[in-house]
Amino acid sequence: MSDAAHAHGHDDHGHHAPPSGIMRWLTTTNHKDIGSLYLFFALIMLFTAGAMALLIRAELFQPGLQLTNPDFFNQLTTMHGLIMIFGVIMPAFSGFANWQVPLMLGAPDMAFPRMNNWAFWILPVAGLLLMSSFLLPGGAVAGGWTMYPPLFIQGGISYDLTILAVHIMGLSSIMGSINIITTILNMRAPGLTLMKMPLFCWTWLITAYLLIATMPVLAGAVTMLLTDRNFGTHFFNAAGGGDPVMFQHIFWFFAHPEVYILILPAFGIVSQVIPTFARKPLFGYASMVYATASIAILSFIVWAHHMFTVGMPAAAQLFFMFSTMLIAVPTGVKVFNWVATMWKGSMTFETPMLFAIAFVCLFTIGGFSGLVLAIAPVDIQLHDTYYVVAHFHYVLVSGALFSIFAGIYYWMPKWTGHMYDETLGKWHFWLSVIGMNIVFFPMHFLGLAGMPRRIPDYALQFTEFNQIATVGAFIFGFSQLVFLAVVMKAIKGGEKATTKVWEGAEGLEWTVPSPAPYHTFETAPVIK
Amino acid sequence: MRSMRQRVGVAGMAWAASQTALAEYGFNLQTPASQVAQDVFQLHNLIMLVCLGIFIVVFGAMFYSLYAHRKSKGHQAAHFHENTTVEVIWTVIPFVILMGMAYPAAKVVINMKDTANPDMTVKITGYQWKWGYDYLNDGVSFYSNLSTPREQIEGSAAKGENYLLEVDEPMVVPVGKRVRLLITANDVLHSWWVPALGAKQDAIPGFIRDSWFKADKIGTYRGQCVELCGKDHGFMPIVVEVVSEADYKAWVEKKKGVASAAASDNSKTFDQAELIARGEKVYAANCAACHQANGMGLPGVFLPINGSKVATGPIDAHINTVLNGRPGTAMVAFGEQLSDADIAAVVTYQRNAWDNKVGDAAQPAQIAAARGSAEAAAPAAQ
Repeated sequence: MSDAAHAHGHDDHGHHAPPSGIMRWLTTTNHKDIGSLYLFFALIMLFTAGAMALLIRAELFQPGLQLTNPDFFNQLTTMHGLIMIFGVIMPAFSGFANWQVPLMLGAPDMAFPRMNNWAFWILPVAGLLLMSSFLLPGGAVAGGWTMYPPLFIQGGISYDLTILAVHIMGLSSIMGSINIITTILNMRAPGLTLMKMPLFCWTWLITAYLLIATMPVLAGAVTMLLTDRNFGTHFFNAAGGGDPVMFQHIFWFFAHPEVYILILPAFGIVSQVIPTFARKPLFGYASMVYATASIAILSFIVWAHHMFTVGMPAAAQLFFMFSTMLIAVPTGVKVFNWVATMWKGSMTFETPMLFAIAFVCLFTIGGFSGLVLAIAPVDIQLHDTYYVVAHFHYVLVSGALFSIFAGIYYWMPKWTGHMYDETLGKWHFWLSVIGMNIVFFPMHFLGLAGMPRRIPDYALQFTEFNQIATVGAFIFGFSQLVFLAVVMKAIKGGEKATTKVWEGAEGLEWTVPSPAPYHTFETAPVIK
Repeated sequence: MRSMRQRVGVAGMAWAASQTALAEYGFNLQTPASQVAQDVFQLHNLIMLVCLGIFIVVFGAMFYSLYAHRKSKGHQAAHFHENTTVEVIWTVIPFVILMGMAYPAAKVVINMKDTANPDMTVKITGYQWKWGYDYLNDGVSFYSNLSTPREQIEGSAAKGENYLLEVDEPMVVPVGKRVRLLITANDVLHSWWVPALGAKQDAIPGFIRDSWFKADKIGTYRGQCVELCGKDHGFMPIVVEVVSEADYKAWVEKKKGVASAAASDNSKTFDQAELIARGEKVYAANCAACHQANGMGLPGVFLPINGSKVATGPIDAHINTVLNGRPGTAMVAFGEQLSDADIAAVVTYQRNAWDNKVGDAAQPAQIAAARGSAEAAAPAAQ
């Protein structure tokens, strides 16, 4: 092999075939391979944490304790949250970034290919640490994904493993972000100015900055938990002069920007999909960029709206209420722009478009419940109830997850070279959208009526809506098997995809053949 | 501004009225029983109406477009993609609408945070997993535990009307009085919430936060802990009984009588059978949540008492564990919560229940002595 490589000389270095089998995936520095790895990891984790959600919903089908005990129930809700956030949505978006950012910019690969490999491969380690804690004495972490002390200080060994896993996942995100920022700022094709690049790249650029700014804050918070737990410090222990509420301030200073980390790339995907199927350019491109940036900047000054019930002075409550309400303005601008993009277009409704339309509509419902929760006095009534559960599942399931589905259907022909099964795709869409609303819409009523979140058993007046939600959860959960079938089918074969794939598609990724060759844009295209 | 607010207010009221008809189905916030809860109720209705209006306009446009501007109907795509005037309009209009919401909301915030001039003050302490109430003006103190029987939770008995929302000792307050709440916690975070009274405040160990309510109507109002506090977070409800001034006075007198009877128990000597019978009740209310009714605990989380070295070893060490807890674990110091007689009873019960057959008994006097020596030893331990 070395002889052959030498014979071909330096220029051909990039062209020799990758190692086969597992070593290909372990050692790969190719952005497309790493993109696929992220996406498969997210898929496996989606089913893992989804199974936990179904167990939670099954327990809540009727009052009383049937399937779980309260401690195991808390483990399920905690792990479901941690895995869905850090193991599904974030890696899936990283997968999209790896596949699409170089293709959209006309770059041959990411800026730091070896770091890219490392950023992915530490993720499964973190996942394994988290999952294995189910087998340890005392079971998995049960203190809520928000990890609030002092409860988090009480737990056993799995709490330390969780802290370690969070550190590793944060490290992975930071490395991924450095890569994305460097790629976008330095590796755009000649002529592709920042204000010409696809909106998906813009949203990821801003997301990457959010990650770099906030992940170290989370790392600091969990490190303080670790030393409080193991080394006798008292950061969060009032008896030692600490303050449990300080953790919440630090945590939400990370976790509110995190909310936008989980939704800005979704905005980007949807902003690619809608113009394609409306056959009309994105309306208000510049205002979309400014709105995304405004949301990101505002996200740093709203964190304490997660803490209206800790007992802040009125002035602080008012400040965080007003700043939170302000976020509705740029978010509204985005929704108006999407609708204006559809307006007077020539629309067709393939599966990606269906998911994108559902995203715009249902994400807005999540946005409205967010506005309700921004109003401090109303939030104080609804804080830590099922209303909040309904709110964040509308933005994370019908928001982030639906945008991921839209993106997968949209780009899968480019990735695999095969068209997916449109009929199955539509089945997946309709089952998901109906199931999702049956699960989460009744939760608004449960929260308003006073059902707290994170409880394994409930009072009798909450029974009907819980039963409806559980039925919806099983419809939604099992309809994801249709998604699995569509993906597997498209990987194995199917109708050959054309280079452009979609009639209305615009952008550099639609100029390379389908499937995209292992190496693309070795010579940069020129954008006029 | 004023007339717009009034109009929205009227619309909100009309909607609220139609909502009360639906109240039994639980589509909206609970029927308010205080002015603050009423204000929040109306604020929520107002915002929902505004959101609904915006939703209909925006998605009316979108769904019209989905219907009219489709390729299958032969619609040709237009090419416009920018309009600064439109962008400015749909930035400014939402901003103005938000200001219209912010003003009434701010008034409610300021009213909610004003805890001055209370008629009475009650200190509320969250424990894993019960609430403690101290009436600072009337000198009444008690703990409030879930009173739903285990059999109902495990499904071997039919569930009662107030399943999981019933307690052994409700908080009792007089109607129409401003009650100031000083809320704190003993172990981890909890949160005290009674929806109909519009009062919710996190209970934070080591810090005291205040809140208030003034109940307008006599009645029983139920709520739950709403901050995840461990295993039995779902099993520490709150019940507030709002009664007339006269009934409240009578209740205070009754509670004081019970307290002095309990105090006199501390100077008595009991026989073992009496202690075991009393201890079983104390165990069920205070210990069984973690250590379980069968004394086996939960493997890896809570240690067993059945067959444990502490419960079958020297009685002084056993008493010491119950009195002072185990720092750094979920085992709290019950000396702060239980009377000498109760601790003597529960220790005796634990030493003679299940497979534990030690055969001895603890007396209240021993507990008092242990408390004394612990206090004497404490400065040295520091």
